[in-house]
Amino acid sequence: MTARIGIVVFPGSNRDIDAVNAIEVVGAEPVALWHESATLDGVDAIILPGGFAYGDYLRAGVIARFSPVMRAISAFAADGGLVLGICNGFQVLTEAHLLPGALLRNRGLRFVSRQIRLVPERLDTPFTRAIGKRRPLRMPVAHGEGCFYADAATLDELERDGQVLFRYAHEDGAAADETGDPANPNGSLRAIAGVMNAAGNVAGLMPHPETAVEAILGSDDGLGIIRSFVDSAAARATEGEPLAVGGR
Amino acid sequence: MSSDFRFAVNVSPKPGILDPQGRAVEGSLGHLGIEGVSAVRVGRRIELTVAAVDEAAARATVERLASELLSNPLIEAYTIEAIGAASSTVGAPA
Repeated sequence: MTARIGIVVFPGSNRDIDAVNAIEVVGAEPVALWHESATLDGVDAIILPGGFAYGDYLRAGVIARFSPVMRAISAFAADGGLVLGICNGFQVLTEAHLLPGALLRNRGLRFVSRQIRLVPERLDTPFTRAIGKRRPLRMPVAHGEGCFYADAATLDELERDGQVLFRYAHEDGAAADETGDPANPNGSLRAIAGVMNAAGNVAGLMPHPETAVEAILGSDDGLGIIRSFVDSAAARATEGEPLAVGGR
Repeated sequence: MSSDFRFAVNVSPKPGILDPQGRAVEGSLGHLGIEGVSAVRVGRRIELTVAAVDEAAARATVERLASELLSNPLIEAYTIEAIGAASSTVGAPA
């Protein structure tokens, strides 16, 4: 069956159309969800797209956290529903405490908008299972506040529990360094580009897989991530398949 | 009957948390020919008025706002400062 993927639109979202396109490219049905909506229209999974929700006023993502649609998404996530936050969507999910950590201003004192490379840390999750063998993955970042931060104990826990999903990497696929390494575009601790929650059904990343889904866009390396997500959503919808995320 | 109480909430990065804005400000000091300034931290100040029965109740509201919305406890600390109780009462409808 065709998965129906809800794409949340906040005032200030600007990558929602890219997310709609990516979902159509992999043959699923995108459903726009306005931020004032208190229900999710029966969608199978949720994408929080990039942009500047509510202008990123106060802190990136925080005002969005209190919108009616986020209350519905918290309940959906608590029930095991799949949620993917991209860029600003990742910031919203950390502010909503659906994902660990926080995203600080880039260390390099500038907004970065360019192609980066990243590597998945594991391939047995709803967000990475269709990635295949291609390494590293090339896709754009475009953000001013993407420096992943958590205290050392939390970082150790994330690593131990397999919650680190993506790391920034060099062209040869080797993980980037934390500081002074152009391959890490924002100075993220341990070069972390994306994480998931302990239950394995909510994930976020700063890079934009949804704008790297066709060769004409400069890269189609994001397809593996989008396809993983959509396949997992479809499997969950048809079979009620439990999210089999192997522990570590 | 309630009174208006005015507060300021000062939010700043927790000690030890990377503060790229503070570092950028610090980095510019040399251009001004200023020496001897260090440990610059950039935060924000939010001023607000709360209608409540007394200052304790008003402060409790600000406390909740500060911890849930105005700051991110993971990376930021805050202090609450009373900046004078407005004398006007809002109890009697016109």
